[in-house]
Amino acid sequence: MLMSYREALNQAMREEMRRDSRIFLIGEEVGYYQGAFKVSKGFVEEFGPQRVVDTPITEAGFTGLAIGAAMAGLHPIVELMTMNFGILALDQIVNNAAKIHYMSGGQLSVPLVIRGPGSAAHQLGAQHSQSLEAWFCHVPGLKVIAPATPHDAKGLLKSAIRDNNPVIFIEAQLLYGTKGNVGDGEYTIPIGVAEVKRAGRDVTIVAYSKMLQLALEAADQLSREGIEVEVIDPRTLNPLDLPTIVASVKKTGRLVIVEEGWRYCGLGAQIAESVYAAAFDYLDAPIQRVTGEDVPMPYSRPLEDAALPDKARVIEAVKALYGVQ
Amino acid sequence: MNETDQMNPSGQSSSARLFIMIMPNMDRVDVLFLYRQMLLIRRFEEKSAEMYALAKIAGFLHLYIGEEAIAVGTIAALRPDDYAISAYRDHGHCLARGSDPGHVMAELFGKATGLCQGKGGSMHLVDAPRRFMGGYAIVGGHIPLATGLAFATKYQKLDLVTVCFFGEGAIPSGQAHEALNLAALWKLPVIFVCENNRYGMGTSAERAIALYADVAGAARSYGIMAERIDGMDVLAVRDVMRKVVEQVRGGKGPFFIEAMTYRFMGHSMSDPAHGHYRTKEEVEEHRKRDPLLLLKETILSTDLGTEADFIQLEREVGEVVTAAVKFADESPFPVLSELYNDVLAE
Repeated sequence: MLMSYREALNQAMREEMRRDSRIFLIGEEVGYYQGAFKVSKGFVEEFGPQRVVDTPITEAGFTGLAIGAAMAGLHPIVELMTMNFGILALDQIVNNAAKIHYMSGGQLSVPLVIRGPGSAAHQLGAQHSQSLEAWFCHVPGLKVIAPATPHDAKGLLKSAIRDNNPVIFIEAQLLYGTKGNVGDGEYTIPIGVAEVKRAGRDVTIVAYSKMLQLALEAADQLSREGIEVEVIDPRTLNPLDLPTIVASVKKTGRLVIVEEGWRYCGLGAQIAESVYAAAFDYLDAPIQRVTGEDVPMPYSRPLEDAALPDKARVIEAVKALYGVQ
Repeated sequence: MNETDQMNPSGQSSSARLFIMIMPNMDRVDVLFLYRQMLLIRRFEEKSAEMYALAKIAGFLHLYIGEEAIAVGTIAALRPDDYAISAYRDHGHCLARGSDPGHVMAELFGKATGLCQGKGGSMHLVDAPRRFMGGYAIVGGHIPLATGLAFATKYQKLDLVTVCFFGEGAIPSGQAHEALNLAALWKLPVIFVCENNRYGMGTSAERAIALYADVAGAARSYGIMAERIDGMDVLAVRDVMRKVVEQVRGGKGPFFIEAMTYRFMGHSMSDPAHGHYRTKEEVEEHRKRDPLLLLKETILSTDLGTEADFIQLEREVGEVVTAAVKFADESPFPVLSELYNDVLAE
């Protein structure tokens, strides 16, 4: 069934909230405003304000409240209006949500989803355009998911809601309106399982969230030039499905990793290290990374475009593996 | 309770004193139990300091000596299924909640038999079956958690209250204010217990909090009922808390208690009781209102107990603490494979 990424998220939460009364949605403008990006459209009408909780603009406070509620047996879904605002809640996420199960010797659990859009949209400026997934992936005790398609978004969000751990679920503003086929009926997608989005024999590209589309477009063009690219979307960033990536690299011998976040200490650096450790002898060339530039996001359109990965850069990185300029 | 209740010179609120006069609750068994709980904390903490000096305990160790009346008086007013949560000076709350001293001491020793299997340590005690939801070591960071526990019990339509202990040093923090606002906004059944021991580490309240003369005023500014009480008088604490708990359990929204107290020891084991930021005379002055001394005087003067009772309690508590140390000492360290357990829940 064709639907938008936004509708897929809406359906996932709606189905889960109908199934389990312990689940509630909390965040800024999730209720009567219908969600800043309309992801929770119709929720307050169906579930009422007790389960669709509008908050003041206090991310640390309401994220901490949700963690406490999870400790007492509820299953909160926290909507961050954007992942950038998650920085205000980082103490709660890193010092509490991620550690409480471990610090308590397993006595307490924090079943919690924190979701919202990350990455750049169009000219939102430096404070609203960040890709912070590497920060979250760095912290033991958190799971991190960044789906690229409506089908994956729905199946993974349902799995995240059913998980007994804090899960950071990163969406993208520019993905909300994109459409795709979503499986009929009840389904979930397991956390920690990558998917080969396009099969190929020559080069592997790993790309997630918005970057998947770039990778697929680049693969189409490269195919016309005789290079068959295999595109893998890890979908879950932590835990990472390394075996799927490594199996592909062993076949192709070449790897490009595409991420929108900053290059320095970015997620691609970790994926590259893991692949070097597991498949060094299979590589025919050094791994290539395509990343965002290490600058605060500029507002001006040409500057913003220059700061972000694009199809041309992905193609250039693939060709560099062959020593082609 | 009068929200604008003023402190008298002894630091005791007039309404708290009134409660004692009109509702004495001076049952012999009860008062001796309160004394015993405070004594247990006192002797446990003294023993912890000794064990720290012997390097049996490492890391940060923050003792509750001097502040025992607040944990004991507050928790005496709770039901076993109510929630309690604390900051990093948490041994007293955990013991008052009824946790086994051996398992607490084993946690301080980092042993496998500790409450948290040695993964938490002094600042992160958790005893979930006793609804002690943890000690947290980022100042102000656990106050939102308390509002969440209260949110959950309200959501689940349970008549439970959540008590959140923290020092006055948390009050200027943004997270405290965010939590106070949410608690007031949604009328959550949470009781904030501010243990005002007058110093955040070495910085006095006067140098850190604009509202230092009325810390409870921070809560009142959000429309939360608040009262300052004498945190050295365990009977006053218990009797005020009984009223407060009943009111909060009845759905009247959150309550904020500012309990005036004093830390007799340094902030942690790394600083002396006095020296750089406060004088010996100041500490001595506050020691005159030692919560154990105050209750003992009351018990003896009202003939609810005799010296023989205190000798008996000392002996019993001494045995408990000795046994706790023995248990901790003889327990094994966690096996190294435990390192990776409990990072994620099943």
